[in-house]
Amino acid sequence: MTVGIVLVSHSRELAQGLADVAAQMAPSVTIAPAGGLEDGSIGTSFELITDAIGRADSGAGAILLYDLGSGYLTAETALEFLDPDQAERVVIVDAPFVLGAVSGAIAAQTGGDLRAVIAAALEARTANGPGGVRSADG
Amino acid sequence: MSCDTAGTVAAIRAVAATVAAHKVELTHLDREIGDGDHGENLSRGFTAVLTKLDAGDPKNPGAVLKLVATTLISTVGGAAGPLFGTAFLRAATSVGDADTLDGAAVAAALTAARDGVVARGKAESGDKTMVDALTPAVTAAKTAADGGGGVGEVLAAAAEAAAAGAQATIPLQARKGRASYLGERSIGHLDPGATSTGYLLQALAVTATG
Repeated sequence: MTVGIVLVSHSRELAQGLADVAAQMAPSVTIAPAGGLEDGSIGTSFELITDAIGRADSGAGAILLYDLGSGYLTAETALEFLDPDQAERVVIVDAPFVLGAVSGAIAAQTGGDLRAVIAAALEARTANGPGGVRSADG
Repeated sequence: MSCDTAGTVAAIRAVAATVAAHKVELTHLDREIGDGDHGENLSRGFTAVLTKLDAGDPKNPGAVLKLVATTLISTVGGAAGPLFGTAFLRAATSVGDADTLDGAAVAAALTAARDGVVARGKAESGDKTMVDALTPAVTAAKTAADGGGGVGEVLAAAAEAAAAGAQATIPLQARKGRASYLGERSIGHLDPGATSTGYLLQALAVTATG
């Protein structure tokens, strides 16, 4: 049972594309994209996010990453409607969308618990090594 | 004067009609400083609300407000969904199982709605958001209710204050939401969320007094 990842984006393609990228290094992790509205247009969908949380959380919890502010608002609202036990295991993480998803997915793939996956996503922005982000003046 | 379940349903239908009437204008405002979908999104939400009202038979004013809340959250698709949805949800909780609402109950519900929007969106007064319409509306509603005003008077006071609050967003620089990315370029435009909030309260007020 691994920690899952929910990717909330305004665009179906953006969420799906990022899920594909992150899955390359995390084949056993459920990465659930929730992009766009049900009809494929731009927006964030309460229903799609709720469904994605249901798929990503197998009991070990899930982190939820989002692309823009209203994704956060819709995600937070979705958590409010979950059963309280599950809501405690699903954590919205304010991390860089792409780097956070990849780092978090790898942490989950290698057996990290929810706390470790959250930490990996948060630290993605400052991680060193190939793919890490350095400051503009560094 | 008080408001029962049928009155609440009528008021929500009036809101849906107002949103439809102002759809193009709201989208236009949102195109100036946002992502250009506010009118479309709210209209889709309230069209779904009408369908749910036709199909269901909410048993009290609180149930009507809760139906509106869950429908908007599910169907609006932008930040307005969770924000207006939370507002109606908190209002529903505030009125509880009461069969009729008086002026004080409406003022309390409006306060709970504003508090919910602030908790959800983390916006403060002056950030150029719907809070800039809601907070003056709450203040005016409380004053009207404290003075013994009925539902119609409380909502009329709230609507007037909300409209003025919306107008007052024009010189503000946005500090929340999509418009905040524009920085100083957001100055000089009406905030779409504050504007729709004003229209919504106006529709409620007209129905309650009419």
